[in-house]
Amino acid sequence: MSSTGIRLLMALFIVIGTFRMTSAQEKNKIPPTRTTLSRPDFSLPEWDQLVRVVLLRDYNTRVVLVGTVLLGVCSGVIGTFLLLRGRAMAGDVISHSALPGLAIAFLVGEAIDPGAGRVTSTLLIGAVISSLIGMGCANLVRRFTKLKEETVLAIVLSLFFGFGAMLLSIVQQIPSAQLAGLQNYIFGKAASMVYDDVVLIGVSAGIVVLLALLFFKELVILCFDEDFAETQGWPTKRLDLLLMGLVVCVTVIGLQSAGLLLVVALMMTPSAAARFWTDRIGWLTLTSAILGGASCYLGVLLSALFPRMATGAVIVLMGSLFFFVSLLLGLRRGLFWKWWHAIQLRQRVERADLLRACYEAAESLSISQENSGQPRELIDVVITVPQLLAYRNWSERRWNRLLTKAVGHELIVSLPDGGYRLTQGAIAESRRIVRNHRLWEMYLIHYADVAPSHVDRGADWIEHVLAPDVVDELTRLLNEPRDVVNVPESPHPLQPEMTGGGREER
Amino acid sequence: MVAEFWTYLSDWSSFDTWIVVTAALSAMACALPGCFLVLRRQSLLGDVLSHTVLLGIVLGFLGSHALLVGGWILPSSYPAIQKAAIFAGAIIIGMITAVLADAVKRIGRTESSAALGVVYTTLFAAGLLLIRLAADHIHIDADCVLFGMEETAVLDTVGTTGIPRSAIVNGGMLLVNGLLVLLFFKELRLSSFDPQLADTLGLRPGVINMVLLIATSATLVAAFESVGNILVIAMLIVPPATAFLLSDRLPFMVLWSLFLAGFCAIFGHIFALTVPPILFSRMGWPEVDGARTAGMMASVAGICFFGALLFSPRKGVLSKLFYHWQLQLRFIAEDVLGTIYRSQETREPPSKQALVFDPSLRWKQRLLTMWALVRMKQLGLVVQQQGEVLLTAKGTSLAEAIVRSHRLWESYMARHLQLPDVHLHATAEWVEHYLDPALREALESELDRPQSDPQGKQIPAEPVE
Amino acid sequence: MSTDAATSRTPPEHPVTSPLTIDDMTVAYDRKPVLWNVDYDAPVGKLVAIVGPNGAGKSTLIRAVLDLVPRVSGVVQFFGQPYRQQRNRVAYVPQRGSVDWDFPVSALDVVAMGLYRQIGWCRPVTKKFKELAMQALDRLGMAAFARRQISQLSGGQQQRVFLARALVQEADLYLMDEPFTGVDAATERAIVDLLRELQTQGKTALVVHHDLQTVTEYFDDVLLLNLHLIAAGPTEDVFTVENLRKTYGGKLALLDQVGQRIAVPETR
Repeated sequence: MSSTGIRLLMALFIVIGTFRMTSAQEKNKIPPTRTTLSRPDFSLPEWDQLVRVVLLRDYNTRVVLVGTVLLGVCSGVIGTFLLLRGRAMAGDVISHSALPGLAIAFLVGEAIDPGAGRVTSTLLIGAVISSLIGMGCANLVRRFTKLKEETVLAIVLSLFFGFGAMLLSIVQQIPSAQLAGLQNYIFGKAASMVYDDVVLIGVSAGIVVLLALLFFKELVILCFDEDFAETQGWPTKRLDLLLMGLVVCVTVIGLQSAGLLLVVALMMTPSAAARFWTDRIGWLTLTSAILGGASCYLGVLLSALFPRMATGAVIVLMGSLFFFVSLLLGLRRGLFWKWWHAIQLRQRVERADLLRACYEAAESLSISQENSGQPRELIDVVITVPQLLAYRNWSERRWNRLLTKAVGHELIVSLPDGGYRLTQGAIAESRRIVRNHRLWEMYLIHYADVAPSHVDRGADWIEHVLAPDVVDELTRLLNEPRDVVNVPESPHPLQPEMTGGGREER
Repeated sequence: MVAEFWTYLSDWSSFDTWIVVTAALSAMACALPGCFLVLRRQSLLGDVLSHTVLLGIVLGFLGSHALLVGGWILPSSYPAIQKAAIFAGAIIIGMITAVLADAVKRIGRTESSAALGVVYTTLFAAGLLLIRLAADHIHIDADCVLFGMEETAVLDTVGTTGIPRSAIVNGGMLLVNGLLVLLFFKELRLSSFDPQLADTLGLRPGVINMVLLIATSATLVAAFESVGNILVIAMLIVPPATAFLLSDRLPFMVLWSLFLAGFCAIFGHIFALTVPPILFSRMGWPEVDGARTAGMMASVAGICFFGALLFSPRKGVLSKLFYHWQLQLRFIAEDVLGTIYRSQETREPPSKQALVFDPSLRWKQRLLTMWALVRMKQLGLVVQQQGEVLLTAKGTSLAEAIVRSHRLWESYMARHLQLPDVHLHATAEWVEHYLDPALREALESELDRPQSDPQGKQIPAEPVE
Repeated sequence: MSTDAATSRTPPEHPVTSPLTIDDMTVAYDRKPVLWNVDYDAPVGKLVAIVGPNGAGKSTLIRAVLDLVPRVSGVVQFFGQPYRQQRNRVAYVPQRGSVDWDFPVSALDVVAMGLYRQIGWCRPVTKKFKELAMQALDRLGMAAFARRQISQLSGGQQQRVFLARALVQEADLYLMDEPFTGVDAATERAIVDLLRELQTQGKTALVVHHDLQTVTEYFDDVLLLNLHLIAAGPTEDVFTVENLRKTYGGKLALLDQVGQRIAVPETR
């Protein structure tokens, strides 16, 4: 657990560091004059504007910020369940299929009582109904045809969106429609959010998050193992309906205040990004909520600094930035850590290979010298690079490089005449390695009927992954002493020419 | 109402014709790659591409503009280079979309639709942002992204011929796609159906996939400008999916989808001109004078799709329901014949009341039984005499077949499954409806031509036709 | 409806205590019949192997009695009552391939899922329940791996986690779908030990089993299945060469043929 904590801290520092750097750059970038810029349409903010925005002195920025962050948090929570249920695109489909509902609700409202169509609640009810019909249609098509899931989603999405857009093009010809701002539902108007919107978002986000937390356990079991939930007597159909209901709720609210693109992105990106950070579902939900909120926060601030940048689009891009940063640096599946582990493993393997080669060279030297009447301890044996070359198929340059490194690690001592000697610590370590290697070789010979001349290759990579309990099992099987100091003899001749081709460059 | 319809159509001009032609050409051009996207389970990719090419278009605009400003190209050649840059930008972004989504999926072990979603929202947002930032150079507004500029695009004609440029571009795209599909039909079919086999045969499914993606992206750009995003999404997937419901051979599916695309274009425009004013003037909004063609085309495509879903002769909901209903009726009728036959074996033929009000029947089955009796009387299978129902000769031979099936199956199950007698009946009651003369013959010969079933009841001989 | 049936269809007398009673059950997947007329009474306190070739309907049998697959006909009772009323006394271990191993849960979380029903709606998993789950993991020698995410466990360890989940339910009948597939020798031993332990507590286990070599060693009872029940009873009586030949010697040709016909009625 502590290593996780350290990693988390490191990652946090990296992220904070980047932010620091970027914000510092932003400050530095403020040029004394703006005439030097080749693109006059992209102006950097003035200092006082920056201060005003960052300190949230603008009422408008504050309102937009609170609204979008709330939306980001609650869609982060719901998005987690969608992702785990394998329905990441559901938010996309639901939000697109809300469009005809908006237009029809407007028309019906206006037809009943001029002005009623512009009321937000009318529009929202229309959107909810239409989204539900969209989901129903998807179910219908899925049930009655053999079209693939993706096709079903694409059909419902495009048809409802097309139909809705057609209705909008009609509605726009009605004079009072301009006031309803229906167009905003597609591209969003996050920047022109008002206090009432924020209240609406706050209340519904609160309810949604509360329900999600209340039924957390039930939703998890639904997403993880539906069959099991079914046999346990959980009403899986109704739980599924609850989840979809929450999604519709978030989508519609978001649609009204932030636009289609933003809702779709907020529903998918934070949870996908959070997946790179944790393997605990509780933390996943929390991380996803935080990432959703954070991308909204940064997006709003940035778009307040650069007025020409559409708030919704900037928020989406911030979310994507988080996603790709997570993809690179995430603690659980991030590329950086994968690469880091791979490097560490390679170094460990290299070190073990080096030690084994040195040990075996020293061992055979000491045996041959013993035969000639000069008993010698391993620690006194001097080995040279030309001797080592025969034990592992590495180039001379690589040997020299690795040996120098090993001297630095105090594994070997470099002698003035160009030879090397193993240190006491290195001998203990290499005993363990050589022992594992030979145990496995013996196991292969005795139990897997591998020819002695071939076992070296098979054992060459196994020795690095042998867990202690497996080693114990091996010693038991082979009736070897459990004593680590005791290295069994190699089951095959160690003469370089016998093994030379066996150990290949990896 | 019909008269009204014609009044709205009376000022049909050559512009309207060209709108229809352009829309039809672009829709057909989209439907061709769409067919394969649907079959390759890449429908969402098509949807996603149609969003992300926006970024490519904007980048093409900006790139060519930068070249112009930098003095790299002559103002006279600017329009041509701009077009080329837009196509190139869209194709590159299309490929980036696919490659990126695949990379995120593989490297990040993210679920494929989530990976696609992240990439698509990112690139689309970037496109929108660029449009806003570079608004001085690019004249794309939100409306145009959604609906295209179809109504104005036809005004941009080539020379004095009166043919709109967009019609030529989309027609060219249709031609290219058509040629691709014709030339690589067998490769596309195989790689869509079984990419592994295609790979072992050396057909390079990866390359085919890329070609398909490039063709899709290029088609999308061509269509995008004139007919807009909505239409492109709808036309890429919906006509092919509809065609899938209507056919079960790939060539027919392609032809159907082309036909449907054209159909949507023609009726989309006609309905766009007529339906909204007719409807809305009645509802008190006389100022409505038509809808956007693109949106109406998507709606027509939707009507076609749900129409096919309901009425398709093979895969439609109604035909399936009808078939089930027929099957149920046949079962009931056969059950009734069997019951009468068995009653005649032992005692008096049953009365109609006894048949219909059999206590083991549910109400729905009783109604069906009544209906079946009427129907069988019409067909001359049964006659009613003094309240009793009797089998005719024709009815008897049908009933014999049923009872024979039933008792043969019971004998078979008793022989091989060692079931208690009470358990033989339920499945035999179900299986008897599915056995044909050949299977009955096989059962009989397997059982060494038994005379009676396990309960000692006689097995009727196979009736002669 | 007809008089071919015996005049009164009273189900045969079953001992009320039988953990699982299957009476004339026929099951179809998408219309195609995969199990015909199965009659079976599970004995109390026995380990039962369900044996049969691929596609014989072994998993289907288990899924059908648990209402996961609709039944065409037949009655299934657990301890003399329908499944709905006896859920607490039945635990199910699904095939290992059926879950998403990348799902963000730890081994302990998975085991705790077996207690969710007991915990009830909306209540969090408290320490008490976590300890119960931990004890179950410990019984299978998995306590050291409790905090691991499930994809970081070996195949055998994953199987043990799922067994622990069943164990924690304190059921009287265990239904296991191929628990021995793809596990290491240590896990196989652990599972067998666990089964024996359950048996001494008077519990019953029905286990879909693939390895004919070990049937006599591990199990008291055996149920041979190939589209229909071929034989069931104590291993020494039923697990005979003759019965195995019937089980593995190909399907009953006509049974299969009629099944196909029902799945694809006639070309119209």
